[in-house]
Amino acid sequence: MGVLDELTRPAKDDDHVGGAPARLVAAPGSTEEAAALVAAAQGLAVVVRGGGTKLHWGPAPRELDLIVDTSRMAGMVEHAAGDLITVLKAGTPLDDLELGGQQLALDHPPGATVGGTVATGASGPRRLHYGTARDLLIGITVVRPDGTITRAGGKVVKNVAGYDLGKLYTGSYGTLGLITECVFRLHPRPAAHAYVRSTAPAQAVPSILAARVAPTAIEVDSATGELAVLIEGTAEGVRERSALLGKLLAGEITDAAPAWWGLPPWDADGIGMKLSVPLSKVPALLDAGATVRGSAGTGVLYAAASGITEVERLRALCVRGGGHAVVLTAPSPVRDILDMWGPVPGLALMRRIKDQFDPAHRFAPGRFVGGI
Amino acid sequence: MADIDALIRRLRSELGAEQVITDRQELRTYECDGLAHYKVVPAVVALPHTATQVAAVVKACVAAGVPYVARGSGTGLSGGALPHAEGVLIVTAQMRRIVEVAPADERAVVEPGVINLQVTKASAPHGYYYAPDPSSQQICSIGGNVAENSGGAHCLKYGFTTNHVTGLQIVAPDGDLVRLGGRALDPPGYDLVGAFVGSEGTLGIATEVTVKLTRLPESVRTLLAAFGSIDRAGAATSAIIGAGVVPAAIEMMDALAIEAAEAAVACGYPPGAAAVLIVELDGPAAEVEAQFEQVTGLCEANGAFEIRTAADEAERALFWKGRKSAFAAVGRISPDYIVQDGVIPRTALPEVLRRISEVAEAHGVRVANVFHAGDGNLHPLVLFDARNAGEADRAETVSGAIIDLCIEYGGSITGEHGVGMDKSKYMPRMFGPDDLETMQLVRCAFDPLTLSNPGKIFPTPRLCGEKPGSDLRERFPGVEVF
Ligand SMILES: Cc1cc2nc3c(=O)[nH]c(=O)nc-3n(C[C@H](O)[C@H](O)[C@H](O)COP(=O)(O)OP(=O)(O)OC[C@H]3O[C@@H](n4cnc5c(N)ncnc54)[C@H](O)[C@@H]3O)c2cc1C
Ligand SMILES: Cc1cc2nc3c(=O)[nH]c(=O)nc-3n(C[C@H](O)[C@H](O)[C@H](O)COP(=O)(O)OP(=O)(O)OC[C@H]3O[C@@H](n4cnc5c(N)ncnc54)[C@H](O)[C@@H]3O)c2cc1C
Repeated sequence: MGVLDELTRPAKDDDHVGGAPARLVAAPGSTEEAAALVAAAQGLAVVVRGGGTKLHWGPAPRELDLIVDTSRMAGMVEHAAGDLITVLKAGTPLDDLELGGQQLALDHPPGATVGGTVATGASGPRRLHYGTARDLLIGITVVRPDGTITRAGGKVVKNVAGYDLGKLYTGSYGTLGLITECVFRLHPRPAAHAYVRSTAPAQAVPSILAARVAPTAIEVDSATGELAVLIEGTAEGVRERSALLGKLLAGEITDAAPAWWGLPPWDADGIGMKLSVPLSKVPALLDAGATVRGSAGTGVLYAAASGITEVERLRALCVRGGGHAVVLTAPSPVRDILDMWGPVPGLALMRRIKDQFDPAHRFAPGRFVGGI
Repeated sequence: MADIDALIRRLRSELGAEQVITDRQELRTYECDGLAHYKVVPAVVALPHTATQVAAVVKACVAAGVPYVARGSGTGLSGGALPHAEGVLIVTAQMRRIVEVAPADERAVVEPGVINLQVTKASAPHGYYYAPDPSSQQICSIGGNVAENSGGAHCLKYGFTTNHVTGLQIVAPDGDLVRLGGRALDPPGYDLVGAFVGSEGTLGIATEVTVKLTRLPESVRTLLAAFGSIDRAGAATSAIIGAGVVPAAIEMMDALAIEAAEAAVACGYPPGAAAVLIVELDGPAAEVEAQFEQVTGLCEANGAFEIRTAADEAERALFWKGRKSAFAAVGRISPDYIVQDGVIPRTALPEVLRRISEVAEAHGVRVANVFHAGDGNLHPLVLFDARNAGEADRAETVSGAIIDLCIEYGGSITGEHGVGMDKSKYMPRMFGPDDLETMQLVRCAFDPLTLSNPGKIFPTPRLCGEKPGSDLRERFPGVEVF
């Protein structure tokens, strides 16, 4: 019996990706087992599945034979508290991390895994202060589509030996291989925090930045017309800074985040978009008439679009302003006629990268930009 | 051999004769970067003024099958800008325009030859600065910083060049001008900006760079703590990080580095110190005050025998002067030296420093240590006198042994100076053949002809035509391959 027979089982009803049913599912238990599986699965179209929370993001695969599920590759390999790093297996749910006084500073919905979070490369409110998976990932192990196990980066924060492949895998939607292990830089958990909530319009954002209160997050929500700022730090510092900001914004200071904080603004069966624009264009997005929510401090926001016309209008607005608009999710009839990714500069180079890593185009075929 | 004369004629007609250097004497100005023990005179030097001209030069090189190397200010310390004897050196030093400072977007757009410090100077009136601050910031170029993913004293809190570049215009190795990213974050597709930063000129030439600007902090406080031993200074560093404080910088110097700095710039550090730490905190005033007290307490608790706090900007500058001039200062106490650049996990600092001094002693050379303690990024300066027979070799041995120590402790062979020519031989000690091959898949995607800065980073370049994974059966005996 070959490795493929040993490790795979027939797919069930819910083993599909964006509506495309799989034939087989496998859940390897280690990097080595995953490599053997991938090597044995030459000729099969593969999609990797983590927690499955964002599996419907992006177009459905052009073909799908095998879902590789990472749930058995879970757990913390190492937490070096003194060095502020941790090594995690790809299937580890982010909810489960026990890091004492430290944190992996990525916002995430319940159920998100390490590998899925890196492969999706999205971001939440605290990006303004901590950066994204791209910035926190310092080392990575990946099984290439040909079954080769490969590592890049390392376990130290500062490292410029060779190409920074972690950047390339981050946000690649599983098209360059199966991520099996990640090394992250950690941050201390702040001693105190406060939210300053107000109805100040987004035009207030420059004045928040000018106040030099070093916010962790500045979030806006067009539906409620609210603006909320997260302040973290020492108890004294937070008290002083939030008081200052409260005065500036004529806002209320609270312990708790607004109900909409960190949640996508669309319904489960709606059209969800990610909009990113230069900071000066954020107010225009909020005035665009759609439900827009997200990080006014970084220019990365999410929108619920009512239909294709609105998608096109928002995209035009973003692109004209020097930004981008990607449709993350949409109901299937709409999905079929939408250009989910929009214009992509540098596409020719991206295709050449895909051809090098996955010459037979077996990993998540058709899920990524330009039909990659 | 390619017809260099024909190429030179083409470059002259594309750029104008005064932007093409062929005079042997003038060419020698460019024979090395900051690492002077490798020297190669290039066949030609081109001095383009615009991105279009860079593209024209690269296209001409591709047509002629001639390799080319980019050079910014030539301050690199790994031989990255070492020319190719039969190739063109493309010097971006004339491309020094700050295209735009856009405070409302928190971005600046600059040409690659712009000097790092100029970006900060241009942003300061708007209340911003450019955070990555290599010690060479007064002379190194942004293009060089992008290529090396340069760091600086303030990386501990603010990250490296890669965290501050959001857009690039590059001339890809086939001569095409390509825009990657821009002012907005997260462009769709693979993160090509992320892959390009730190690629040391092997994936093409950056012709325009969009950088993030960072808001100037409300308050900055700097302290200097003197310790009786390296171990105590190391323990203080760990204690600060362990307490959840993220200073803007924690820099350490040992006795020999202090001695050199005193001889050069009379910075007046506490006499008798076996190690000093410079700790800088920045941010909102209330935050900084609270943490400053905490850090002072932690230094005391870990045995600092003297702590000075900078009362004003002049004193702060004096603390930093000793640190920033340390490299150059070492020239005063030793005729020759090698600057090493390796990284270790911060917690291994005391142990690794002890082992470095053992190795140095065993080989009869001196090592001065001055480094970014918060990041575990060591810069041992291996001192020698080339006039004494065998000393240069011994210094080279010690320098290599230090790199081996970094690898042994799970660190890196370079934290900020790059691999370049100098460290390509160490790459296989840190990465396996499959890891190196995977990196070169990216190289092959960008530069299938391997004309862009060949011979750097990779000890044995891959042939880009070969199919990856052809030896699957060998690697997985017994596994079905269909
Ligand atoms: C408002 C909002 C805020 C968010 N905030 C953040 C944030 O702050 N930070 C952040 O990182 N994310 C954030 N996300 C995104 C989200 O957390 C993750 O993308 C998601 O949880 C993915 O995890 P998963 O395990 O469910 O992945 P899945 O849904 O299983 O997979 C997601 C994608 O990754 C691929 N994939 C999964 N595992 C692997 C693997 N091991 N190797 C290769 N490919 C794989 C899949 O094929 C699929 O394309 C946010 C999203 C929204 C809408
Ligand atoms: C005294 C001193 C102190 C230093 N301190 C630090 C420090 O603290 N931190 C640090 O990180 N480094 C430091 N360095 C090293 C050096 O200054 C940096 O590596 C710097 O980024 C090099 O910039 P440059 O313009 O001089 O580049 P060069 O030396 O000209 O080139 C460096 C590399 O970049 C490539 N390159 C140059 N321009 C481009 C371009 N436009 N597009 C693509 N590739 C290009 C070259 O091919 C080469 O591989 C120091 C050097 C000195 C001499």
